[in-house]
Amino acid sequence: MRTLSFALFLGLSMTGLSPLSPALAGEAEDKGRAIAEEWDRRDQGFGDTVSVMKMVLENAHGQTSERRMRFKTLENPDPKDGDRSLIIFDKPRDIKGTALLTFSHILEPDDQWLYLPAVKRIKRISSKNKSGPFVGSEFAYEDFSAQELEKYSYKFLREEPCAADSKDVCFVLEQKPLYENSGYTRLIAWYDKDEYRQRRIEYYDRKGSLLKTLTFSDYRKYLGQYWRPHDMYMVNAQNGKKTRLIFEKITFRNGLSERDFNRNTLKRAR
Amino acid sequence: MTVDSSSGWGGVPALLLFALTALIPVQGASAQEIEISGFAAGEARLFPEAAKQAGQKDQRLNPSLILQPELALTWEGDAFQRVVFIPFLRLDAQDGTRSHGDIRELNYLYAGDGWDIRIGIDKVFWGVAESRHLVDIINQTDLVEDPDGEDKLGQPMVNLGLQTALGDFNAFFMPFFRKRTFPGRAGRLRAALPVSTGTTRYESDAEQWHPDFALRFSGVFGEWDVGLSQFYGTGREPTLSPALEGGRAVLVPRYQIIAQTGLDVQATIDNWLLKLEAIRRSGQGDPFFAVTTGFEYSFYGVIADTGDLGLVGEYHYDGRDSKAPASLYDKDIFIGLRFTLNDEADSSLLIGSLSDLGNGASLLSLEAERRLGDVWKIEIDATAFAFADPDDPAYALRGDHYLQIRLSRYF
Repeated sequence: MRTLSFALFLGLSMTGLSPLSPALAGEAEDKGRAIAEEWDRRDQGFGDTVSVMKMVLENAHGQTSERRMRFKTLENPDPKDGDRSLIIFDKPRDIKGTALLTFSHILEPDDQWLYLPAVKRIKRISSKNKSGPFVGSEFAYEDFSAQELEKYSYKFLREEPCAADSKDVCFVLEQKPLYENSGYTRLIAWYDKDEYRQRRIEYYDRKGSLLKTLTFSDYRKYLGQYWRPHDMYMVNAQNGKKTRLIFEKITFRNGLSERDFNRNTLKRAR
Repeated sequence: MTVDSSSGWGGVPALLLFALTALIPVQGASAQEIEISGFAAGEARLFPEAAKQAGQKDQRLNPSLILQPELALTWEGDAFQRVVFIPFLRLDAQDGTRSHGDIRELNYLYAGDGWDIRIGIDKVFWGVAESRHLVDIINQTDLVEDPDGEDKLGQPMVNLGLQTALGDFNAFFMPFFRKRTFPGRAGRLRAALPVSTGTTRYESDAEQWHPDFALRFSGVFGEWDVGLSQFYGTGREPTLSPALEGGRAVLVPRYQIIAQTGLDVQATIDNWLLKLEAIRRSGQGDPFFAVTTGFEYSFYGVIADTGDLGLVGEYHYDGRDSKAPASLYDKDIFIGLRFTLNDEADSSLLIGSLSDLGNGASLLSLEAERRLGDVWKIEIDATAFAFADPDDPAYALRGDHYLQIRLSRYF
């Protein structure tokens, strides 16, 4: 498996696939892009997922608060467009039933609608704000919506142990957002060599300073091929706040279709 | 304190609905357990000025209690089915009429592939604007709750929805009309005379049982969200005429049969939300048009790096004549500032001013809210009436500036 994918990645790198910056595509860019393509390829065909999630927010004084939500995703087989997703909040109780519908796009702004159950109102919202805090957490909406290959340019930096105490070896890539309105100038991402799983991402703000670090752990394999982290821990380096996102349950191929992701289904999210 | 039943519509339809939901066949699906949620709240309204209208209790402090539980039972199988029950109760220390109960929702939803049907009492919102909900017409306003008109009474209906590639189509049949609630004689935030809902008159001989109908299309075309609606039935706004009741002057509400066509459009472009709501209504005096149009522009991340500031501007025009129910929005402008902190407590603040371009009468408002811990929420509302003009419908409220504090416990 590993040899095969390595051959694939060499093959790809020799064809020099980097349509986004062909003039600048050097060896490091080709290699980075090929690694990301392999990461993307390994996730293709998942169909749909339904996740039950818990988010624990911790402020600089160590006080915590909790969010609970369900996250439904429908894969878009068209590589030129993004997936559809629906997030339904269960906790805190005062926002129970609030739901966010997103049609994500690659470089264009996403289409987003927010449903407010108390007033039964569906509001189309501006998705220009994707770098703002998501429900008061250290995650920005773009941190989990922007998992699309074509949203970044890539550059291979080095290989190194995935963490100081880790035996696993990681590719280290520099990624620059190509989509509009990102809150970041660049990301440094660690992908493990064995399975092309993201292990860590550093986010750099518009001033070029380290803003936050995301660590992925508790990876589990689904349908014999799809790896999913069950613990995503975001630490803000600038304000000392932390958010842990825990996936309590993930189910694949629930038979969801576009009909489960429209404005009408928002109203029955509850 | 007694719970006023004049605004209610009797227990019989509710019982019928209970019976109906008990008989619904559930095919090939297993029921979840009943989900119970909702909130209980304590609220205090403080009036710095003395009551101006005859009969009002000179209440400076008006405490009340609110309870709104929600029960939901869902079946997810080949089709999606759900029964929801949301009763509402307010007990008010000063105004017996404001102590009232309602069934906000009691309905059964069956969602098939590309279509759905709702039977029972439900709440439906149409529109895009912030300071006036012009096209929104399905539910009656529970005005005794709040003068801003945002609270609605549950509406009995059958709602059939079709979701197509073009957009969503919804048809509504509403067999029973809900009367608007008004503050009682003792209550504040009312007209110079109290409204006597017990002597309500109707254009239709069928009175509250006039069958009302509505159709709506809503679709998304790129950056544009478009809604088109047609309503035929009992107008939700009554005309109010002075009369004598038991030797005391009151206002008698009268509901006409109206036809209303509505259009609502929002364009979502970068930081801009551009909004339009327009209606044409006939049946109350001469047919007339009314328009609300405006924008919301957001500055993202400008408050402590993460908070957003929104600037809201809306213009209102209403062409109704004096035979139609009086409107505050004949030629008005709303300017608002919305602060959204995006913090753990979801803190937000909206301050706004609605000003009549003709006579300068202004309504100033502030709405602030934040969560306290995981299950509590505090909301502070303040409303002031400035530059009162004797010809303005809001003149009677000129002494009713108030501060309202609500503390809610969610469960």
